[in-house]
Amino acid sequence: MYLPDFDYYAPESIGDVCRMLTEYEDSMILSGGTDVLPKMKNAVLAPKTLISLKRVILNEPGMKSISYEEGRGMVIGGACTHNELVFSEVLQSKYASVSHAAQSIAANQVRHAGTIAGNIINAVPSADLPPILIALNASVTLVGINGARSLSLESLFVGPGKTVIERDEVLTEVVIPDQAMTGSAYFKYGLRKAGALATVGVAAALQMEGNRILDIRLAFGAVAPVPMRAPQTESFLKGKEATEENLEAAAAIAHDECKPITDFRASEEYRRDLVGVYSKRAIRKAIADGHR
Amino acid sequence: MSEKFLLDDNGIKRFLVTINVNGIDYTKMVKANTLLASFLRDDLDLTGTKRGCELGDCGSCTVLVDGKPMNSCLILALEADHKKIVTIEGVSTTDDLDIVQEKFLEFGAIQCGYCSPGMIMSAKALLMRNPHPTYEEIADGIAGNLCRCSGYINIIRAILSASGQEVENY
Ligand SMILES: Cc1cc2nc3c(=O)[nH]c(=O)nc-3n(C[C@H](O)[C@H](O)[C@H](O)COP(=O)(O)OP(=O)(O)OC[C@H]3O[C@@H](n4cnc5c(N)ncnc54)[C@H](O)[C@@H]3O)c2cc1C
Ligand code: FES
Ligand code: FES
Repeated sequence: MYLPDFDYYAPESIGDVCRMLTEYEDSMILSGGTDVLPKMKNAVLAPKTLISLKRVILNEPGMKSISYEEGRGMVIGGACTHNELVFSEVLQSKYASVSHAAQSIAANQVRHAGTIAGNIINAVPSADLPPILIALNASVTLVGINGARSLSLESLFVGPGKTVIERDEVLTEVVIPDQAMTGSAYFKYGLRKAGALATVGVAAALQMEGNRILDIRLAFGAVAPVPMRAPQTESFLKGKEATEENLEAAAAIAHDECKPITDFRASEEYRRDLVGVYSKRAIRKAIADGHR
Repeated sequence: MSEKFLLDDNGIKRFLVTINVNGIDYTKMVKANTLLASFLRDDLDLTGTKRGCELGDCGSCTVLVDGKPMNSCLILALEADHKKIVTIEGVSTTDDLDIVQEKFLEFGAIQCGYCSPGMIMSAKALLMRNPHPTYEEIADGIAGNLCRCSGYINIIRAILSASGQEVENY
């Protein structure tokens, strides 16, 4: 398939990336390319210039590292690939739920290329990493010409394909803060076991005390223009015992609360049913297995 | 350090890259939009690597990039600069076929053969990481490689056998 002509730069530093993004009209970052290149081939995108991160990741080790930092939490570099999330021992030991979400993406070849920042910034409603990261209250660091800012991932998304990132900004890291949540899980429904986009994705993070749900955050993918929280379902469950009756009632609220559409992958009603069923499964797993 | 380039007669940049393919360094001029798959097939005449969907879905263009299986239809040649690529032409370093190739033949895992180069590269990558995979691990390892002919069963059995496990050949 034809890839149109474009210009290409691979600057050495994040600062140079930021400068080039403002200097060159119609330029954009190229990271794993698994989103940008298919879109260029399909003429959905036609950037004049691609700014590659290939040298930045050699010069700025933080872009490619996954580590636990005392006082900050789990820090994941923006250029980490899905498979790096899958195989990271430190991530698996603290938040295996995030590794599992990464494992659910595409197949091996794409997981070796696609990155966490690309998955976030392309802002596709069905993207698999945002729901679990939002459930875990993650924030992102955006570095631009005027310095760095941190904002909650939940507040980043504006609409399909749209985030509040400025044109000169680079997503350098995703931070999962230390938290009271005792468990988390992500459940994805796709039409095939591998290589399918999410028809629905449901993430839960919760804090248990005995069998009582002290706190809970739910995040749904592919059922609204942006990954959405479920405030009504959450407030219903807070303080309640995790009985089957309560989970059943919560599933009904989640069913009504989400805002799916009908498309070629599934009908609105089917997506609502899936959200109900997958919310129960995610909650049960987060209770039974902790963050594993 | 940045890319060295010349402008061609149409004012399009031609960049200089050095890519190691099957143990040999190739230094060539490429355009920004030259894909690794085209570099291998059109510039090096290594046509074992196939183009199918060209969108990352089918895996027929799979090659190893620094040991990892990746879709060469979604990698710019410029991004592969100074990387080590192994293609189907390089899986065997002797005059004989590689064990995975042998087993694909023995188990009838090749029908039209179009998926085979990519399938074998994924199998090689899996076996390097996990020398004794289970049936399910193999299915997962080749999930990014579509085969329209075989139904996958014989491919999985061939890989099981290549890993030294007992498999009956029907
Ligand atoms: C066959 C196939 C199957 C797929 N299956 C799935 C799936 O199951 N689930 C899923 O969620 N996704 C899937 N995807 C989509 C895609 O692989 C992911 O979204 C991937 O994470 C994108 O990352 P990338 O590095 O390849 O992004 P790129 O294509 O390099 O970039 C994507 C966007 O993010 C921007 N960007 C990249 N890095 C940064 C950064 N550090 N700072 C600021 N902006 C940045 C780019 O400018 C661009 O706008 C699939 C893609 C393919 C081709
Ligand atoms: S041709 Fe590359 S994945 Fe299909
Ligand atoms: S053998 Fe024909 S596609 Fe696999």
